[in-house]
Amino acid sequence: MRGNGRLGRKRPPKYSAAALAWKGLRGQSWPRVWRDCDLKRSYDAVVIGGGVHGLATAYYLARNHGMTDVAVLDKAYLGSGGSGRNTAIVRSNYLTPEGVAFYDRSVHLYEQMAVELNINVMFSQRGHLTLAHSDASLRTMHWRAEVNKLGGVNSSVIGPDEIKKECPSLDTSDHPRYPIQGALYHPPGGVVRHDAVVWGYARAADHMGVEMHQKTEVTDILCEGGDGPDGKGAGGRVTGVRTNRGDISTPIVINCTAGWASLISTMAGVRLPITTHPLQAAVTEPVKMFLPTVVVSGSLHVYVSQTDRGELVFGASVDPYANYSVRGSLEFTEGLAGHVLELMPGVSRMRILRQWSGLCDMTPDYSPVMGHTPVEGFLVDVGWGTYGFKAAPVSGEQIAEAAATGTTPKLIEAFALSRFDDGELVGEKGAASVGH
Amino acid sequence: MLLVPCPNCGPRNSTDLRYGGESHARPDPNTASPAEWRAYLYLRDNPAGWLRENWYCASGCRRWFSVERNTATNEFRDPPLPGDKRGGAA
Repeated sequence: MRGNGRLGRKRPPKYSAAALAWKGLRGQSWPRVWRDCDLKRSYDAVVIGGGVHGLATAYYLARNHGMTDVAVLDKAYLGSGGSGRNTAIVRSNYLTPEGVAFYDRSVHLYEQMAVELNINVMFSQRGHLTLAHSDASLRTMHWRAEVNKLGGVNSSVIGPDEIKKECPSLDTSDHPRYPIQGALYHPPGGVVRHDAVVWGYARAADHMGVEMHQKTEVTDILCEGGDGPDGKGAGGRVTGVRTNRGDISTPIVINCTAGWASLISTMAGVRLPITTHPLQAAVTEPVKMFLPTVVVSGSLHVYVSQTDRGELVFGASVDPYANYSVRGSLEFTEGLAGHVLELMPGVSRMRILRQWSGLCDMTPDYSPVMGHTPVEGFLVDVGWGTYGFKAAPVSGEQIAEAAATGTTPKLIEAFALSRFDDGELVGEKGAASVGH
Repeated sequence: MLLVPCPNCGPRNSTDLRYGGESHARPDPNTASPAEWRAYLYLRDNPAGWLRENWYCASGCRRWFSVERNTATNEFRDPPLPGDKRGGAA
């Protein structure tokens, strides 16, 4: 990537069909979407992690709170972590009232995103089926449906006949080992093109003056006045960050990393209730469209959707032991294939093109850790487990408010780090791909 | 495939065992402050490197043991021998 400094433009060229045709016919190229900047010695706020959460936070800091002197630091490239590795599912049919209100706000922000950011994020609200294979899980689906309805979220429990109508390729007979007994149907759920969300936030933040610094690794967080070594720890406050490109002084540091959340927080003397587990996913060769909805089975640990290109994207559960390695395993593909064939025997001849994995920061109650910490000026937006992508817009909005105003917004009060001290865990059993 | 060195059964596929997480000595419930107890229950070091952790040999000897594994490379070192009581394993 060339370091050609500021491009010196005020307004972004608008993306539209007319602009595409005009530029295509005249053979014009598109300008660079974001600048490469020199790292300054001081910023009003530093966001660690250039994924959807970090970029959304920077965008809302600039848009809602007028804070444009913000740097987003990423040790690799924008969207290189979980933002580019997730299975791009968006939904709000959670189990706890806190979770439902929070993720519902996120779905609304996704609905407005294409217009707001002027980028086609390909949000396809194609409907979302969470299958139940036992009486116990069917009961949980009824519970979730009722909590959702109270929160104003469109969800209902449907039986095998309706499932067959929505999604004819599913085997709803009683032949499988775990026959489908019903499903939680959530029409507003769907999939988004995850890279476009990253680029959209980066482009919008860049045009408001936020600086994105790639290949900039944070090696330490500088603090003073805390009870630990070097002034870190509870009671202290943040004074800056140390990076591989030099020190930066700043009063606000926001940890928006996934996978490395514990390691970054430890740099400020904050211990987190998080363990890092990889989650593996896979994609098949493309075929004609046959799967109209997103299909999830918690009991079989699989979720599947078909991309616009025709590939089936599969996700599974997190690997059972803590791990920072993103290597795939054969056990995963074997298990996945068995479970998928149990649901859809018709795809037995499809071939898997590739598999990958991403790091998930798991918390004991499957809810994130968001907001202020015992170190003043150090905020966290971490613990995003298997549900980070769908929450990115609302997390950015709320964490930006927390950072800019010094308060804790009502929507994220329940997700504070202090809930583990108070014994007020959220217990989000509606989270994807967790064994329960 | 992760081969976990069980002190009694030798190397076993990780799917034969249950993961017990980080190995920390349990504080004495009679004297621990609430803050210490909650830290023991919830807070984790979660390093990207060597970690002492507990495993339960579920389909073998059905015993808990603790072993050091590198969470970045998945190597094991210093595998325990039968009767080894190191770590915080109960």
